[in-house]
Amino acid sequence: MSELRELYQQVILDHNRKPHNFGPLETANRHQEGFNPLCGDHLHVYLLLSDDGIIEDIHFDGSGCAISKASASLMTQLLKGRTDDEARDRFDSFHQMVTADTDTPIDLEAAGKLAVFSGVREFPMRVKCATLAWHTMKSALEGDAKVPISTEDQ
Amino acid sequence: MTTVEPSAQDIAEAPLAPFDVDAVRRDFPILGRAVRDRALVYLDNAATTQKPRSVIDAIKRYYEEDNANIHRGVHFLSQQATFAYERARGRVATFLNAVESAEIVFCRGTTEAVNLVAHGYGRGRIGAGDEILVTHMEHHSNIVPWQMLCKETGATLTVAPITEDGELDLAGFAEKLSSKTRLVAVTHASNVLGTVNPIRRICDLAHEFDVPVLVDGAQSAPHLAVDVQALGCDFYTLSGHKLFAPTGIGALWGRRELLEQMSPYEGGGSMIQSVTFESTTFAELPNKFEAGTPNIAGAIGLAAAIDYLNSLDMDQVSAYEDELLCYATDRLLTIDGLRLFGTAKNKVAVVAFALESAHPHDIGTILDTEGVAVRTGHHCAQPLMQRYGVPAMARASFAFYNTRHEVDALVSALLKVKEILG
Repeated sequence: MSELRELYQQVILDHNRKPHNFGPLETANRHQEGFNPLCGDHLHVYLLLSDDGIIEDIHFDGSGCAISKASASLMTQLLKGRTDDEARDRFDSFHQMVTADTDTPIDLEAAGKLAVFSGVREFPMRVKCATLAWHTMKSALEGDAKVPISTEDQ
Repeated sequence: MTTVEPSAQDIAEAPLAPFDVDAVRRDFPILGRAVRDRALVYLDNAATTQKPRSVIDAIKRYYEEDNANIHRGVHFLSQQATFAYERARGRVATFLNAVESAEIVFCRGTTEAVNLVAHGYGRGRIGAGDEILVTHMEHHSNIVPWQMLCKETGATLTVAPITEDGELDLAGFAEKLSSKTRLVAVTHASNVLGTVNPIRRICDLAHEFDVPVLVDGAQSAPHLAVDVQALGCDFYTLSGHKLFAPTGIGALWGRRELLEQMSPYEGGGSMIQSVTFESTTFAELPNKFEAGTPNIAGAIGLAAAIDYLNSLDMDQVSAYEDELLCYATDRLLTIDGLRLFGTAKNKVAVVAFALESAHPHDIGTILDTEGVAVRTGHHCAQPLMQRYGVPAMARASFAFYNTRHEVDALVSALLKVKEILG
């Protein structure tokens, strides 16, 4: 039960109920679609990226579980106003946190708001729920939006 | 006069059909284990079933006492293994009421069986302008091989509609049949909705156009007595692991005259009569379709599973499963915000559902922490998810070793989901 409470922390439940930056972004100049073929989660990430690499706005929409929706919602909050390089760094540290061995200590302070996802690594089957939006965002930054990305290609 | 409604507890304690579920449960070693410090409640039987000790022992005995390659050696063990493998084929033939053992082709499971027919029957017979008819409730394994064949040949995949209750729309099915139809591929029982399709009627309709019918039996063979001759179909597929046997073994049954016309699926050892560098003569049925060393231990395990099923009274089993399905359906419907998918009149014990407040994936994780194993996701039936306008569903699927108390555990765990996410 404690593991479950750690997975479904209040912040995650709140973002699931009322996701931030949810819906298409009309001004977007980057868009990517992401799938998790194993469970059917499906979302879009929309970016307004300035010429000097600042994420001026970021939205998402789609359908998914509480973990994937909350992860996408928090991600959009955190990345708004950041540079593309900062976004990639955040992707790396987030990815590392949710895929780390359960006996590796997590630097909760460095993880900041994303620390609410530290419980995900106890549930290996749910890691892809947490990372779907991030993979999709990263791919949108690369600007290669010809094909939808899939968690199974990662 | 006042009547007292029976409480859930009363219902849980009420006697079922005379079927000794406790005795049956003791035959399945895994059912005694704990998961996450709780008694395992295994409700994912449509994905794969658990194995009785007799199946596990048969495989162990084979490897400890009889292991050798079949159809090759003149030595004692090779004869023993060949005998056991062919005896298993006979068991499957009897189980399906096939005319003869040679009509049974061992394969990895339903997926390979469908691919074998798509390849061996479809190629050379199906071409541009032709149609292959499936239904809206098919598993991906009975869609994708046909889609691939269509792409290759220029044929078209047509889809018979289903009703909101999850029943095949027979009039709609009949409308899709035409002189262009070359093959009908339909599931006997839906892995999501539980719907049992009227195969005999479907076959009669298809045969009016001389169209052969392939029946995906992955979900029906574990629940219903199957008689391929009475069903009137032309191909029937089954997966051993859904039938209390090991993974990696299954069977295709086909009418001899169709199997004989078909080209081999894979080339290799065992499927030949003679080989020169210029040409090969293929072996007789069923070896023509069994290239390479087969899953001998798997076939022996499948035979042991069939023997186990034969040791039960299938009428009792079926009555017990029906009652369990009714009980589960009634109990689930007491949960606010729960939507059931698949309310056909004739169903196997499978219940697909969604909760308003929780995504199926979250349901699955929370149920798991309560020891309750269910499947969540698209169930390899994405077109069916689209039909109901949902990305995913949760599914509890039962076997004869499940109990009402396990249904109660499912319901309590779902209430917990609502408490956390509601």
